[in-house]
Amino acid sequence: MPGWNFALFPERASTHAGRVDAVYFFLVAICTLVTIGVFVMITYFAVRYRASKNRQAVQIEGSTVLEITWSVIPLMIFMWFFIWGAVVYWDGARAPADSEEVYVVAKQWMWKIQHMNGVREINELHVPVGRDIVTTMVSQDVIHSFYVPAFRVKADVLPGRYTHVWFHATKPGTYHLFCAEYCGTMHSGMIGSVIVMEPAQYQAWLAGGAAQGSLAQNGQALFQQLGCNTCHRADSLARAPNLQGVYGRPIKLADGRTVIADDSYVRESILNPTAKVVAGFQPIMPNFASQLNEEGVLALVAYVKSLAQQTTGEPVANRPVPNQAPPAGKKVE
Amino acid sequence: MATAVQSIDTREHYLNEHLGIRSWLFTTDHKRIALLYLVTLTAFFFLGGFFALLIRLELLTPPGDLVTADTYNKLFTMHAITMVWWFMIPAVPGVLGNFLVPMMIGAKDMAFPKINLASYYLFAISGLFLLYGILDGGIDTGWTFYVPLSSGYVNSHVAMFVVAIFINGFSSIFTGLNFIVTIHKLRAPGMTWRRLPLFIWSNYATSIIFLLATPVLAITLLLVAIERFFHVGLFDANQGGDPLLFQHLFWFYSHPAVYIMILPSMGVVSEVITCFSRKRVFGYSFVAASSVAIALLGFLVWAHHMFVAGMSVYAALIFSLLSYLVAVPSAIKVFNWTATLYKGSVHYDTPMLYALGFIGLFTIGGLTGLFLACLGLDVHVTDTYFIVAHFHYIMVGGAVMGYMAGIHFWWPKISGRLYPEGWAKLAALITFIGFNLTFFPQFLLGYMGMPRRYHAYPEEFQILHVLSTAGSTILGVGYLLPLVYMAWSMRYGKVAGPNPWKASGLEWQSPSPPPTHNFEPDTPIVVTEAYHYENPEEAPVAG
Repeated sequence: MPGWNFALFPERASTHAGRVDAVYFFLVAICTLVTIGVFVMITYFAVRYRASKNRQAVQIEGSTVLEITWSVIPLMIFMWFFIWGAVVYWDGARAPADSEEVYVVAKQWMWKIQHMNGVREINELHVPVGRDIVTTMVSQDVIHSFYVPAFRVKADVLPGRYTHVWFHATKPGTYHLFCAEYCGTMHSGMIGSVIVMEPAQYQAWLAGGAAQGSLAQNGQALFQQLGCNTCHRADSLARAPNLQGVYGRPIKLADGRTVIADDSYVRESILNPTAKVVAGFQPIMPNFASQLNEEGVLALVAYVKSLAQQTTGEPVANRPVPNQAPPAGKKVE
Repeated sequence: MATAVQSIDTREHYLNEHLGIRSWLFTTDHKRIALLYLVTLTAFFFLGGFFALLIRLELLTPPGDLVTADTYNKLFTMHAITMVWWFMIPAVPGVLGNFLVPMMIGAKDMAFPKINLASYYLFAISGLFLLYGILDGGIDTGWTFYVPLSSGYVNSHVAMFVVAIFINGFSSIFTGLNFIVTIHKLRAPGMTWRRLPLFIWSNYATSIIFLLATPVLAITLLLVAIERFFHVGLFDANQGGDPLLFQHLFWFYSHPAVYIMILPSMGVVSEVITCFSRKRVFGYSFVAASSVAIALLGFLVWAHHMFVAGMSVYAALIFSLLSYLVAVPSAIKVFNWTATLYKGSVHYDTPMLYALGFIGLFTIGGLTGLFLACLGLDVHVTDTYFIVAHFHYIMVGGAVMGYMAGIHFWWPKISGRLYPEGWAKLAALITFIGFNLTFFPQFLLGYMGMPRRYHAYPEEFQILHVLSTAGSTILGVGYLLPLVYMAWSMRYGKVAGPNPWKASGLEWQSPSPPPTHNFEPDTPIVVTEAYHYENPEEAPVAG
C-alpha cells in the first residue's frame, strides 16, 4: 500500500509461508489461552485470598493427581506442536526434484547470484512466480544467512559447504532478502531484494541479462583453461576419473567408502582433492583452492552437473581402471 | 519515613565486627563476599544497561545515524558479554546464594571459605580484563564468538575478552563446587534433603551446571586459541575444520548457561511466593525435582540454536523433541507457584510484586520458547527480534525480576534495615510496564522478519522500534530507583528486626544483620520442613 509504511504482519508470498503461518496461529491461539488462564488464576487467587485480619492460610501439601495432569496435558500439546513443526520443516528441507536452480555466493557484504543460463546479479534475485526454485549457496568468508521473510525461509550460508533453501513464489512483487547471521561491520547493509515476476516477464528479463554463455558453459571454459581435461578424459590416457555421467551417482572411494557425487563432493574434490579419492586412482590431483573463487567452483560444479544430463546408462568413470593406475609406491609425474 | 537515624550497631554483627578496607578485601565470611559480589556486579549491570540504552537510541530511527556501524556492533556485543558473564550468571548465586546458602541450611560458612574468596577475586580480575578490553577499543564479534568471523575477520580485541571470559568461568566453577560441598556436608542437624528450602535446591541444580558445563566453555576457548596460534584445522573450513563444530561446543555450554541464569531466580520466587502467601509450597517434591530435571535435560538441547545452521534434518528433529521435554518441568513450576496462592493469605509487599511479575513474564518467555522449539516456525523467526524478545522475557522478565524480588526480600537481613516500601512498589510497577513496552513489540518485529544485530533497518519497522526504545527508558528508571533508595536505606531505613516478613526460613531466626558466624550461640536444630507457616507467630525451628 503506497504511503502506508507500517505493518504488523509480514507479506505472504510463497506456498511455504502459508504453512508456517498456520502453525504460528495455532501456537499463538493455544499459548494465548494458557497465558490468559495463568494470569486469571494468579489475579483471582491474589485478590480472592488477599491477606486480611480473619484470613488464615490453609496449608495444602499438594496433589499428585494435579501434578500428573499438568505435566501430561502440556506434554501432549507439546508433542502436537513438535509433530506439526517437524512436518513443515521436513517439507522446507526437501526441494522438489525438478526445481530450478540458482547459485548464491555470499561475501562481506553482498549477495552474488548466478542463474543457470549465466545471468549474474548482485543483491537482487529475480525469480518467476509459480516455479519451484532451489538455491545452492556458499560463503566466501564468514557465515551469512539467506533470509526472505515473505517466503518464511532461511538457511545459513557457510564457508566450505553448500546449503540450500527452496521456495515457490506465489505473488509477484519485491521482497526483502536479509542476511540474518551477524557477519561483521556492514551486516545490516547486506540487504537485497527478491523480485518475483510473472513467467513471461521473467523470461524477457532473463533474455535481456546479457549473459555470455550459460553457467555450465562458463564452467567448461574454466575446465579447459585450468587444464582439468588433460587428466579427466574418456580415453585410455586418463589419469583421473572421466566425469561424464558421474554427477548424482554413488562413487566408490579408495578407502572403501561410497559417496554420492553431489555438489559438495564435486566442490571438495576440486578444493581438497586428496580428501576422497576415487577407487583405482592415485591422489595426484593438485589443489585448486588458490586459483578459484567460489563462483568459479560453482561454474565447474554446474559443468560437471551438465555432463550427467548428457549421458544415460551406467557412469563410465566410476570404476577402477587397473591398467591406468601406476603401481603403488611409484611416484608419478 | 523516619528521619531520625536509628542504630543497628548496638550489638556485634558481620558488618561491624571488623572494620577497615583490609577486613573486607581479605574476608572469608560468605556474607561479606556476597556484598563484594553485590557491589561489583551492580556496577557491571549499569555498564551493560548503558550499552543497551545506546543500542535502543540508535534504533529509534531507521538509518544508522547515532553511532557508526562498528560502534553499534561493539555495543550489542559488549552489552551481551557484560550482562551474561558479569551480571546474569553470577547475580543470584554470587550475591544471594553466597549470603543465604550457609544461613538457610544452618551452617557457619561455606565449606571452603578461602575458595569462596578466590572465586570473587577471579570474578573481579576477569572484570578488570573486561574493562580493559572495553576501554581499549571493544569487541564486535557478537557474544556468541562465531567462527570464522571471530577468528579471522574482525580487528577488535578478541583475545582480551576471551581471557576475561576464561577466568570468569573459573569463578563460576569455584562457586558451584563450594555450593555442592556445602549443601552436602554442612547442613544443620535435622536439615534433611526433603526439608531443604527450594532456593537451596535450585542453587544445587545450578551448581551441577556450573561444574559440568563451564569447563566446556574453557575447552572451546582453548581450542580457538590452538587453532589460531598453532594452525590446527578445527573450525576453519580452509584448514579442513568445521565452523559448526564451534557452534556445537559453544551452545553445549551456553544453553545450560541459560538455566544457570534462570534456576536460581526460580528458587527466589519459591521462597517469596510461600512467604507472602503464608503457606507451604504446593507440591514441594515436584518443584524441587523439576529444578534438577531442568538442569539435566538442559544439557541435551543445545543444538536447538542451530536449526538453520546447516545441521542434519534428523538431528534437528531429535533436538526439537528434547527441547519440548525440557519445557515440562518449567510448566510444572509455574502451575505449582500459582497453586501455592490458592487459599493462601496473600500479602502484596514489594518482593511479592516482583515474584508475581516473574511468573507472568516467565510464562510468556517460556511459551514463546515453544515457538522456537517448533522446527518449521523456528526457521522463520530464528535470528530475528523474536529471539531477542524471547530471551529477554526469560532473562530480564524472569531472571532479573527474580533477582530484584530476592534483593528486596533479603535486604532487611543483609543490611538490617527496611527500604522505603512505597518507592519500592513504584519501582516494581515501573519496571513491569517498562519491560513489557520494551520487549513485547520485539515479538511482532521478529515475526515480521526484522533480523537481530541490525544497525540500520527498513522503514516499516520503525513504529515498533520507537515503542521499544520508549519502554527501555522507562525500564531504566525502574532500575535506577532501587539503586537510590537501597543506598538511602542503608543509613536511614527503619531497623528491620530479625524477621520483618514473618518468614519461616532458618536465616530469619538469626538477628539482622546476622553475627559473623550466623547463629549464636549454637547451630540450630531443625525439626520441621521448609515453609512451616501453620502458625505464623510460632518459631518454625527449635534452636
